[in-house]
Amino acid sequence: MENKMESKGGEAARILSEIETLKATRSDLDNRISALEAQLRHLNFEKNNVSCPSISTGFVHGLSPDMIYRYSRQLLLPSFGVQGQSNLLKSSILVVGAGGLGSPALLYLAACGVGQLGVVDHDVVELNNMHRQVIHTEAYIGQPKVKSAAAACRSINSTIQIVEHQEALRTSNALEILSQYDIIVDATDNAPSRYMISDCCVVLGKPLVSGAALGLEGQLTVYNHNRGPCYRCLFPTPPPTTACQRCADSGVLGVVPGIIGCLQALEAIKIASAVGEPLSERMLLFDALSARIRIVKIRGRSLQCEVCGENSAFTQQQFKDFDYEKFTQSPLSVAPLMLNLLPEDHRIHSRELKERIVKGEAHVLVDVRPAHQFKIVSLPNAMNIPLSSLESRLAEISSALKEEEKRKHSGFESSASLYVICRRGNDSQMAVQLLHKVGFTSARDIIGGLEAWARDVDPNIPTY
Amino acid sequence: MQLTLEFGGGLELLCDSVKIHNVDVSPNNEVDKLTMKDLLVWVRANLIKERPEMFMKDDSVRPGVLVLVNDCDWELSGQLDTPLEEKDVVVFISTLHGG
Ligand SMILES: [Zn+2]
Repeated sequence: MENKMESKGGEAARILSEIETLKATRSDLDNRISALEAQLRHLNFEKNNVSCPSISTGFVHGLSPDMIYRYSRQLLLPSFGVQGQSNLLKSSILVVGAGGLGSPALLYLAACGVGQLGVVDHDVVELNNMHRQVIHTEAYIGQPKVKSAAAACRSINSTIQIVEHQEALRTSNALEILSQYDIIVDATDNAPSRYMISDCCVVLGKPLVSGAALGLEGQLTVYNHNRGPCYRCLFPTPPPTTACQRCADSGVLGVVPGIIGCLQALEAIKIASAVGEPLSERMLLFDALSARIRIVKIRGRSLQCEVCGENSAFTQQQFKDFDYEKFTQSPLSVAPLMLNLLPEDHRIHSRELKERIVKGEAHVLVDVRPAHQFKIVSLPNAMNIPLSSLESRLAEISSALKEEEKRKHSGFESSASLYVICRRGNDSQMAVQLLHKVGFTSARDIIGGLEAWARDVDPNIPTY
Repeated sequence: MQLTLEFGGGLELLCDSVKIHNVDVSPNNEVDKLTMKDLLVWVRANLIKERPEMFMKDDSVRPGVLVLVNDCDWELSGQLDTPLEEKDVVVFISTLHGG
């Protein structure tokens, strides 16, 4: 039985690796094809221009016949027209983050004809990104998001310049990267990046199109434009870290950042083409569940703002030296938090626990994740008591322990162990701290949670 | 005084996940007008069911919360001193960072 399972596991691994190899080959071929197609288009473009030099140089707006045809539906808009398109083609826009917001923003910015389009990201494409990060395709799983996003943009519009910045944005490189663009789009997913990008835009005098989305809500505004406020004018003090939820923990419906990202592209296009009224000193609040969009008036530039205020002198050097992670008490990269709250003997590795279970050790396993996560996947015989209600449900643990002792050692004097698990091993540590405080001295947390269990003990347990 | 209070950006989780609350709040006495300062005290006592520190800090809202009175930032109407009128709509929204 055991052997059979192992050989099945071996075959699955072999198939997986063959799929990986084939995918890599396919994406390599895709890249070569799109490069050749771009070359071909370029050749045709030059040929056309050579054959009709009088036409290509004959228009004052500088749009080539190909451009006129490609962007015709925008040129036909009286309020946008040749002037708007011509401004757009001369502009440069940087999108920071090729995730849920950046995906649609980049697609539309590439399609509409921004002259130079940059993208910054240090992450790789993962399967659990794809429900919202619609610029990436399955062939790019495991590859840099910047590479994937740039390829998608090029395949939509090979006539504009796409610039890849495959690195994390830091105070050490932000000035250099942002200074190459006219307009910045903040499509990041964490508080320190938002402060850093806003400050950098103030220092460089660039307008910032800022969007955010989480769960079923989104927010959008334009900062540092036409003497309008910056991010710090609105939020001079960073929020407590517990208020900064992440999509990876709280969830997000894919289309919600999609909508906000599209609106970010729209605001960037308006600023670049000098058309319409940008969303400055106003904020758009989107609530998907109730299908409501509310546009509210927000404060103007604050005279007291530490970065853009009347008396502030926030210099490039101060920006470079500013510690945004310390300021917001949270990391710039969104690597999941790994707490270490417990002494070693209050913790157990998943492999060791597995051995103990196989040996028949009397134990109770408490899963402290929220009920909706417990429904996604759970270990057999685990009882679900969410961390938020743990304190009021201690009696259930006591009776489960007594039950287990009776069942396993009818008559013998022995106690059952208490193990606590969660998704990644942070909440379980907090639960064990609490349990020890109220007298459950055998409580131990499973290091790394279900993710570690799936990795080290049972690869059939799905992760999310 | 009839007011509509709305919570968003995750703040609704502090009041039983209910986003919109139609409430009746009376000023402390007949002469004084109800201000945002009074309303915050009332909200904290009557609507916030858990982690009040995620809503308030000292006598104002915590950093990262925008307060809008009739779709307008309360910074423009006097912040804590903003006077409230019958049927006003007050929105408390936590800034989002996700993407
Ligand atoms: Zn400012």
